This record gives sequence, C-alpha cells and structure tokens, in this order.
Amino acid sequence: MRFTLEVWTQASRDEEGHFERYDVDGIDPDASFLEMLDELNARLAAEGKRTIAFDSDCREGICGMCSLTIDGQPHGPNQVTTCQTFMRDFEDGATIRVEPFRSGAFPVVRDLVTDRSALDRIVQAGGYVTTKTGPKPDPNAAPVPPAVQQKVMDAAACIGCGACVAACPNGAAMLFTGAKVTHFNLLPQGQPERASRARSLVLAMDAEGFGGCTNYGECARVCPQEIPLDVIGMLNREYRRGARREDDTVGTRT
Amino acid sequence: MILDAKIPEGPIEEKWDAWLDAHRMIGPGNRPGRRVIVVGTGLAGASASASLAALGYRVDAFCFQDSARRAHSIAAQGGINAAKDYASEGDSIRRLFVDTIKGGDFRAREANVWRLAQLSANIIDQAVAQGVPFNREYSGELATRSFGGVLVQRTFYARGQTGQQLLLGAYSALQAQVAAGRAHVHNRHEMLDVVIVDGRARGIIARNLVTGEIERHVADAVVLASGGYSNVFYLSTNAMGSNVTATWKAHKRGALFANPCFTQIHPTCIPQTGEYQSKLTLMSESLRNDGRVWVPRDPNETRDPNDIPEEDRYYFLEERYPSFGNLVPRDIASRAVKAVCDEGLGVGPVKRGVYLDFRDAIARQGREAIAARYGNLFDMYRRITAVDPYHEPMQIYPAPHYTMGGLWVDYELQTTIPGLFAIGEANFSDHGANRLGASAMMQCLADGYFIVPRTVTNYMATLDGSVSPDEPAFAQTEREVVERIERLMGIGGRTAPQVFHRQLGQIMLDKCGMSRNAEGLQEAMREIAAVREAFWSDLFIDGRADELNPSLEYAGRLADFLELAELMCLDALRREESCGGHFREEHQTEDGEALRDDEHFAKVTAWAHTEDGRPVPHDEPLVFNEVALATRSYK
Repeated sequence: MRFTLEVWTQASRDEEGHFERYDVDGIDPDASFLEMLDELNARLAAEGKRTIAFDSDCREGICGMCSLTIDGQPHGPNQVTTCQTFMRDFEDGATIRVEPFRSGAFPVVRDLVTDRSALDRIVQAGGYVTTKTGPKPDPNAAPVPPAVQQKVMDAAACIGCGACVAACPNGAAMLFTGAKVTHFNLLPQGQPERASRARSLVLAMDAEGFGGCTNYGECARVCPQEIPLDVIGMLNREYRRGARREDDTVGTRT
Repeated sequence: MILDAKIPEGPIEEKWDAWLDAHRMIGPGNRPGRRVIVVGTGLAGASASASLAALGYRVDAFCFQDSARRAHSIAAQGGINAAKDYASEGDSIRRLFVDTIKGGDFRAREANVWRLAQLSANIIDQAVAQGVPFNREYSGELATRSFGGVLVQRTFYARGQTGQQLLLGAYSALQAQVAAGRAHVHNRHEMLDVVIVDGRARGIIARNLVTGEIERHVADAVVLASGGYSNVFYLSTNAMGSNVTATWKAHKRGALFANPCFTQIHPTCIPQTGEYQSKLTLMSESLRNDGRVWVPRDPNETRDPNDIPEEDRYYFLEERYPSFGNLVPRDIASRAVKAVCDEGLGVGPVKRGVYLDFRDAIARQGREAIAARYGNLFDMYRRITAVDPYHEPMQIYPAPHYTMGGLWVDYELQTTIPGLFAIGEANFSDHGANRLGASAMMQCLADGYFIVPRTVTNYMATLDGSVSPDEPAFAQTEREVVERIERLMGIGGRTAPQVFHRQLGQIMLDKCGMSRNAEGLQEAMREIAAVREAFWSDLFIDGRADELNPSLEYAGRLADFLELAELMCLDALRREESCGGHFREEHQTEDGEALRDDEHFAKVTAWAHTEDGRPVPHDEPLVFNEVALATRSYK
C-alpha cells in the first residue's frame, strides 16, 4: 500500500512545530500504524535523515503509551489504541494527517511525544486506597457481588492513555477521573475515603488545567477500553455526596 | 568464588520466619535519612518502592516510560497463583512449592521457592485491600481457575487483565507515597550504570531521556527491578522498550549473571506474518483451559479448519500427555508445537502455526460463558488478525516471552555486589529452567511487597554514613557513561539499530531458541561477534545526545543485548543437558523429551565478567531435601 503522511514535527517543547510531508509505499496492509511509522523511520535513517519521535511500548493495546491523533481522531479511526490500528483500515493512496494528542494539559515533548504526567498527579491526589503493605483481612470477609466487580472492572480497565482528554472539546479529564472514582468508590475497600476521594481528584483535575464536562460524549466515543460515560455521572454524584459531609477536610471547587 | 546463598538454617517451613526474627532493623526516626533507588516500576519495582516508602525511607524510582503505570507487567494477562485452597481441593503451600520446583525442572533453589509459596496468599490479601478487582463467584467470593502444569485451581484473575490490575494496585500505592513526599518517580529516565563506592552499590548514573542530561543519584541501597531480556530475540512478547541494560551494566560492574540460557518460549502467541512485524502478541495460557490444540493429520490438508472432521484432527497434546493434555507446562507445549510444525503439519501461510480451537467449549458451555472468561482476549485476537475466534480456531505459535535467568541473588535477593539487590524477572531465583504460568506476578509481588523491604532494611542497618555525589566514583562512572554515548553517536555509519537487532534476533531464535546444539551455539557466537562488529562500525543514529532521541536509546540497549547474547550461547553450550526451556538436541530421551543430567548439572551457573572478555563460570550446587529429584512427567 502507498500513503502520503503529514506528520507534526516539533524539536522540543518550546519550539514551534510544523507539518512535514512524507510518501511511503510498499506497506503491508497487515502492518500496524506504528509499524508503518517504524518502516518510514528505517527509510529515513537509511537516507541519513531525521527520524520521527513517537511513543509506544507494549504494542498490544494495554500500556497506554501510544498516543497519536490520526486524521483528527485520537488513536485513529477504530476506537482502539494506535498500536492496534492496522493499515488495512485505510484507503490505498490516502493522505493521512498524524499529530500528537492535543491538549493544553499535555505539552508536546518532541514531534508526536507528549507529557501526560498530569494524569499521574490526579491519581496522586487520592486515586487509591490508603493502605500499607502488611497483614490484611481475608478477602472473602468482604464479599463483592460479581455484578459490582464487573462494573468496577469496566472502569478499572482504563489504560490512562489520555485519548478522552484529546477528544474532548473542553480538554476535560472527566472520563479518566470518573473511572478512578467509580473503581474505588464501588468497592468495600474504598469506603473509608469515599467522601474525600471525588473532591480531591476533581480539585487536582482543575489544578492541572483540564476543562469541565459539558456532555459532548466524545471521550467515551474514542476510549479504546470502552469506559462508559456513566463514570462521569458517578463522579458528579460522588463529588456532591462528599461535599455534604460534615467531616469534610478537602474543600470544594472555588 | 564461593557462592553463598545465605539460606537460613532450620526446617524449610520455618526458614523465612527465622530470618525475619533475626534480621536487623532501623528505627522509624532514622528511616527518612535512608535512601533507596529502585530501577523499574513494574510489579516488582512498584511494589518495592511503595512498601519501602511506606516504611519511611526516601525512595527514588526510575522508569524509561512516560509513567510508572506503563511498565510491561501491565500486559500480563492470565492470573496469579496463590496457595489459598479456596477451591477446596486440598491445595497447600507444599503443593504450590512442589509444582513450582517440578515445573522449573529441578533447577531452582528450594528455600526461595518455599518462601514464594508461603507468601503467595498474602499477595492476594494485599491486592484486594488495595482495591484490585479480582473476578468473583456469585457468592461474592474470589474466583479461581487452573493454569498449565498443575492439577488444582489456584489462579486468581481479573478478566484477562490481571497484570494490569495488579500493577495499577502497586502503582497507586506508589502514587500515594509520592503524594506523601517519600517516593519520587523519575519517569523518562534510564539507568545507564551503577556506581560502586568501596565495594558497595551507592547510586546510579541515569540519563534524562527528554533533555539528554546525565544525572548522578545517590542511595544507601540500589534495587534493580528492570525485568527480563526476551528482546534479545528481536521479536518477543515483551514491550518495545524492555531491555537488559540495567542488569547488564550491573553485571559488568561485578554482579554475577546466573543461568542466562534459561529462557521461556511461550506456546500460545499469534504467529508472525511478515518482515515488518515489530513484536509478537501473547494469547494467555488460560485459553488452554478451554481451547484444544490441534493440527490436521494430513500435511497436505487444504480444507477450512471447521470442515475437517474429528478423525482427521491430531490433538497432539491430548494424545501425547493424556493426564495434563492441553495444560502441560509451557516448555513442553512449545516443543510439541515446534515438533509437529517441523513434521510439516503446521497451518497458516508459512506452516508455522497450530490451531487453538474453542468450538467444543462453546458448544458445551455456550458462547456467553466463554466470552465472560476470555472476551477481551478474543477481541484482541480479532483486532490483530481480522479472524473471529468464536467462529474459527485461533492460530498460535511459540514466541520468546520470559527469561528465567538473571542476576544471581542470595536468599536476601542481594547480588554479589553488596547493596545491590535484584527482584522480579531481573533476578534468576525462583523459576529454575521453566516458569509455570501465573507465577511471574507472584514472584514479582512477593519480592517487592514482602521480601526486599525486609532485606534492604537488614542491609542498610549495617551501613555507617552516606556518600556524596561528588565522590570520585560518581565522576568516573559518569565520565564512562558519557564516553559511551559519544562513541555511539560518533560511529557515523549508515545502518539503523533495528537492522542489527533483526539480525541478532534471527541468530538467537535459530540457534539459541527452543532447540540448541553445540555446533549451532558455536556458530551463533561467531555470528553475534560479527554483528557486534558491524554495529560498532556502521551504526547510524540521527539527532543529538542532548534531546529526546529514540534512536540513541535503542542503540544503547542493543549494544548490551549484543554482549548478553554471547553469554547466553556460552551458558547454553556449557550446560550439557536438557532441562525445562533449555533443550540440547544431544540430550533427549527416546521419545524426544528433555534429558537432565542431575549428577553434573543440578546447579546454578553464575557468570563473572572479566576485563579480557572471557566470562568465568561459578557454580552454586542445588540441594533437594524436600522434593526428590525425578524425571518430570506430564503424561
């Protein structure tokens, strides 16, 4: 197969970027999008030219490291991670525009590589059960109905790629944050910190410069893990629920 | 050198408790002044970092990814073993211990494996307390399933994403410690050397991958949790960035490297389809619970698999191993798959594949039951191959997946360099010559949550004072790191790293893969040396060293693989027996099974690096008091 690529090129965070055009041919339809870029890089290297920097690691759709915007869609056309997007999904001869994930909270590091550490900092604000390593009660002492476990798992499956943020017209991280809150607040182990968790995470989200949710639903539409939009409803409910409690030490949005 | 594993005296059931009772401690007030470096943030690294920080130490954790959550443990699918006997089958610590020793083909250290089995139940408790959503039965109790090489259901799982969930549990525990100010995660950093001061590991030299800056980091103890080296084969199930650099640098500074030839080729992976391919994708071993492995009996079969009647199908695992059937251990399954393909019975475009068929399981249990168990794996298979496994059998073929070899460690998980510890896949200790399914995560978390926090404490309690990053050893090591980067950047050749990597992978797969012989190994060593020479004279790296430079990162890692590969061959050559994943064609039974030589090789081979480039082997004899040395049989 043959393609024309328009690839975002930017030397570093503080420099201006631009699109660079490349023609690639002889691409196997079963090659993944990233393997196509590997091939392009190999050819550029063979000509002694600058290669394109992009993130990827596991290449099986679970690490969340790959993060390209392809023709305006975070990850690409199929609601799967970039590494699971295959060239057979594109028209032969197509012109494809390749950009990094776009969000003010994800500054570009180089070319297609962005800094998504803001998501780690949201987790640091309370996306966990506070517990040390040591003796614990037997897990079966706190049974979890399979229906609850499945719902928790649907949310916990989030790979933290940030496609939801890149797709959102407001640049909101509500799907990511809602998934965290849904995961922990539905489980018995998450109850002691339930009241403060949603508010801590929402405040962290605001501090990182993510936008607010106005129900576009683009996030869920691009999520490779199919995290349901419900988690945002859950986040809002848990935020309000916590704000009513008298033992509030976290505060609310100002 | 005499390798002292420092195994505590006493009955095996009491060794760890005895060690705990006697170990040296550090008071809470003195802990914030102690610093520990942890390299790698997978299951082992994240759990160790979180636990050490929770004790009160200052922890600096390093990962090359953009977030600690992306380490390749995230991709572990099927499950984690624990001797909890929730399935009421009479399972016990001893049974898990025996299965693991036997699964490793009697090449692991008994005391370590016992401790692993003993701690297995605590891991599940710890994970559940963190909010890890394991699958549940209707009663709300934890569900378990069976895995290869065992006859009980002791594997806990969270759909087909168990590694992801366990890693996120450890990662979130680590993030809590970051929030508390005790742990510091240095993402997009790569350790490029370990710094030795007065014979002890006192820090590392790391490269900031964004700015290219070379940094000195000081510590009282250094823990390597940097994973395995399957990427020496180029195509493997590992992540693109998985590498041997941290452990290899430690090896070159004096840490012995044990059993490098013990590698695991996992039977159920999606076969390679083309030259462009950058990695191979694993399909969880759990699929062998319900999927049946077969090939057509006729090598010239042309029918669609669904049209091939029962009598023309060769269920070779069920026929050859009636008692374990499709659930034989990985090394045995992989060799059997290779054998039928070598006979010309393989399927797929290049006849290097076998069917993994769910037709009978779907007919018996219904599509929904199968989807609940393996839904995400089936989806993944369909996405990659565009074939729907609900209607057509999967095609699978073995792929490099895990490395049992690694840095030699004693009972305290300390390498031969005082103050340098190795945990998880980075060490060699618990899996012998073959790892059983659902045991890797168990080992990573036992090491990280429960063992290394104690043994590092025990070590640091003996240290007086700290060192400064201005010590000559730091300056000297930093200089060597910088010179090496300059050397790589300065080659000025014309060939990208990937080209050399592909050549190396082919050599290793052909001659040091599922089947090995003396002649092939000697050839491989000559060929590796030739690739290495070409690498150092014709490498091309674009860009600069003081910016984000994926080509430079790749080249640095590959340079280390090119050295390790030769040691793997040397080790495979020296081990004149077959055991587990190490199959020497010269040593097999009449029906083609591995033939061990316990008289000469019931031992660990730990290699020392020498300046003249000729590695020197040291032996640690393995003593089996609890399990009688026996021929492994799964028939």
